[in-house]
Amino acid sequence: MDLFNIPANELIQHLINGLTLGAIYSLIALGYTMVYGILKFINFAHGEILMLGTYSGYFLYYMLCDPTKGGSYVIIAFAVSLLFAMIISAILGITIERIAYKPLRKAPRLAPLLSAIGVSIILMNLASLMFGTKSKKFDYPFDNTPIHFGDASITPNQIMILVVGLIMMVSLKLFVDRSRLGKAMRATSENQAVAALMGINVNSIISLTFAIGSALAAVAGILIAMEFKVYPTMGQLAGLKAFIAAVVGGIGNITGAMVGGILLGLLETFGVVIIGIPQGLKDTIAFSVLIIILLVKPSGLLIKNRREKV
Amino acid sequence: MLDFILLIVIYIIIYSISSLGLNLIVGYTGMLSLCQAAFMGIGAYSTAVLMTAGHMDFWLALLSSGAIAALCGILIGIPTLRLRGDYLAIATLGFGEIVKNVILNWDSVTKGPMGINGIPGPSLFGYTFTSMEKLPWLFLLLFFLAATYMLIRVMIRSRVGRALEAIREDEIAASAMGINIAKYKVGVFTTGAFCGGLAGSFFAAYSQSVAPLTFDFMMSIMILCMVVLGGLGNSFATVIGTVLIVIASELPRLLGISHIIPAQMNQILFGFILVFMMIYRPQGIIGRIKLNYGKMMKDEILHMER
Amino acid sequence: MPLLYTKNLRREFGGVIAVSDVNFEVMKNSITGLIGPNGAGKTTLFNNITGLDFPTKGNVFFKGEDITELPAYKITRIGIARTFQNIRLFREMTVFENVMIGRHFRGNHPKLSRNRLVNFALGMVNLKMEEKDIYENSIKWLDFFNLLPFRDEYAKNLPYGRQRELEIARALATEPDLLFLDEPAAGMNPQETEELMATIRKIRDLGVTVVLIEHDMKLVMNICDTITVLNYGQKIAEGTPGQIQNNKDVIEAYLGKSDD
Ligand SMILES: Nc1ncnc2c1ncn2[C@@H]1O[C@H](COP(=O)(O)OP(=O)(O)OP(=O)(O)O)[C@@H](O)[C@H]1O
Ligand SMILES: [Mg+2]
Repeated sequence: MDLFNIPANELIQHLINGLTLGAIYSLIALGYTMVYGILKFINFAHGEILMLGTYSGYFLYYMLCDPTKGGSYVIIAFAVSLLFAMIISAILGITIERIAYKPLRKAPRLAPLLSAIGVSIILMNLASLMFGTKSKKFDYPFDNTPIHFGDASITPNQIMILVVGLIMMVSLKLFVDRSRLGKAMRATSENQAVAALMGINVNSIISLTFAIGSALAAVAGILIAMEFKVYPTMGQLAGLKAFIAAVVGGIGNITGAMVGGILLGLLETFGVVIIGIPQGLKDTIAFSVLIIILLVKPSGLLIKNRREKV
Repeated sequence: MLDFILLIVIYIIIYSISSLGLNLIVGYTGMLSLCQAAFMGIGAYSTAVLMTAGHMDFWLALLSSGAIAALCGILIGIPTLRLRGDYLAIATLGFGEIVKNVILNWDSVTKGPMGINGIPGPSLFGYTFTSMEKLPWLFLLLFFLAATYMLIRVMIRSRVGRALEAIREDEIAASAMGINIAKYKVGVFTTGAFCGGLAGSFFAAYSQSVAPLTFDFMMSIMILCMVVLGGLGNSFATVIGTVLIVIASELPRLLGISHIIPAQMNQILFGFILVFMMIYRPQGIIGRIKLNYGKMMKDEILHMER
Repeated sequence: MPLLYTKNLRREFGGVIAVSDVNFEVMKNSITGLIGPNGAGKTTLFNNITGLDFPTKGNVFFKGEDITELPAYKITRIGIARTFQNIRLFREMTVFENVMIGRHFRGNHPKLSRNRLVNFALGMVNLKMEEKDIYENSIKWLDFFNLLPFRDEYAKNLPYGRQRELEIARALATEPDLLFLDEPAAGMNPQETEELMATIRKIRDLGVTVVLIEHDMKLVMNICDTITVLNYGQKIAEGTPGQIQNNKDVIEAYLGKSDD
């Protein structure tokens, strides 16, 4: 089968690349969507939470081991660093919410948005002061020689991204749909006042939401770091695109974030190879998608058009 | 030294033209736009290209630059302004990135990463403005700042301003009062973009060169800070905010310690301004001025009947 | 022909059918009541008629024309105004300004209203005259509700009952033919409610047709010419107050079935 004159094996290759990219977007998008679901605002600092989590994981990883040596110790060190990154990000997320957003919950809509932008800029520049603007390589804890099948290939890291992404998303979905806390989260996002009346501690639920979203961002950050690099502005573009993914799927909707992320990853990959968009303009794909979605179906693919309750 | 102070004043005026436009969008109408620098970039590059490759006269290029920026404002405004405010923030953020990428990659027109040099200075009645002689520039720019200021003042003090206030307060109620919200929002956004385009055009003509990375996201944030610091929805306060921010960012150079203070400090300062102002003084240092349209009108009618 | 009617109007929210194939009629110069238990779909029906929300299926007709798809601001411009269940005043604006906003689009000269910008450029729009018109009309409506002494107060500082009146004044400033009131007496004391009844009659006597949602049965039975009853999104009855009071389905809807 030749689609657009691209041979099938190449198509599979692009599919793999697109899916891995999409899985990363999905993980980040979940954080945006969860926060939006509950607080109805965009956490502009989400990308910086990702970046700082990644840096903390990076530093611990290289403190614990020398990844170039390989072996099972390196893998354990990697797992510990990943967990550490998640914890740091979670704490950071909760702290930021407490300091910069919580006082503004009743303020006009513009206020928390501006505050979030402020936080994002502070963190990004602090990082570049402390860690330098040069990007750092994050060595694989395992042998990353590609595995070939037919003419296509997949790297162990890509497999890991897909597996980790899938596990995280499925468990999050189960958690939100099935567990008591998850139900409390949904109730809070439905109506805070009513949730509070039902005995739900809204503040804790909000903190929990930030913690989970931020931890997922840290995972995404580490995965990005291995595929690409670690640098102070790494959260900016990734965050922006993940947000677009969340809007595409339908902001506030967890399944939507996953679908939107995958879709955007595929679109970006295939946009370059099929439509022939030049590499330099690759980033414009996401924004064009955003504009089109806003024009055609502003509520996102997975949410029925709905108007503000009057 | 004096020359340096004049330079700062010139920057203040150019930025003021842009920040006044942004204040119209963010302060008066309550829409968050994060691409004011991109509009300046569009204006600057339009002027640069039209004057170098197109050999256009500055005054025509100035107008065209404003118009092109305004057109881009309409294009981005129409799809997004029907929606909730946050979408505009993201869409404008994305738009800023697109503009930057296009400028960087459209080599045949923008000369890509090299930028464009040798933009001729504007001439008026046989006199040609150059960045060497700053005083004439200062007066020229002052004239345009005053014009922008008055334009916005007249707009705000009319029924348009009243409608914008209603839209900022409650969009649903405003539309139930027969106000076509989308029309006003697109209008305001376009006007703001126009101001950005003008400022960019002056920026290019004054510096006689443009570089692609000048008009980045951080510049948009800087302009946003000018508006927030002075006080949302108050043109005078916006100018004060602009003065403070430009001086703050040039202070290290002014004191001759720019080599010790890294550029990031400036941006961290902007970040703190945003967070701090929102939490402790959301109205800005000067604050919003609430016009009383009822009184204003009464005075006017009394005046008319006399 | 009714001034306004809906044809099989239906609005679903996900699985919830808020309004279920309702045919609702409003006769010219009448006061029509819309009642029903909480969550019956009354406000949703209002929203769908006034363009703040759009039906899943069905149509709305006003003066014989299909207005289903019109956005809120156009609905207002053709002569339908409304108030909100949870007051939506411009809180940080003065009482006077609130009413002026209601008058905003009427300031356009009717013959020139199409191309305002062009006419403005040609000097055909006399801004001063427009403003004078807005001013005088606003005064008129403030006076109608005895709100003149409060004209420079911020809307948010008015007592609750006064806020409800101001919202009606603001709606009337748009010069509607048809006025929708969503629970106008909510939060009012008996005396205020009494005054409100008189005011509503006065409004009708000005030639404005009134539709109101209300839980205060005394008010509804007293001033309405006809009443429509919704329950679970469905129209279960319509008729004169006398007919409604004795309707078995209505009594059941309000009191619950006697056997449960
Ligand atoms: N925007 C919305 N999204 C989802 N469900 C909605 C929305 N608006 C209304 N509903 C649902 O539609 C049903 C009807 O609501 P509506 O507000 O019209 O009732 P009502 O008759 O005005 O009640 P009340 O007397 O309490 O004001 C309710 O079940 C409500 O939860
Ligand atoms: Mg209701």
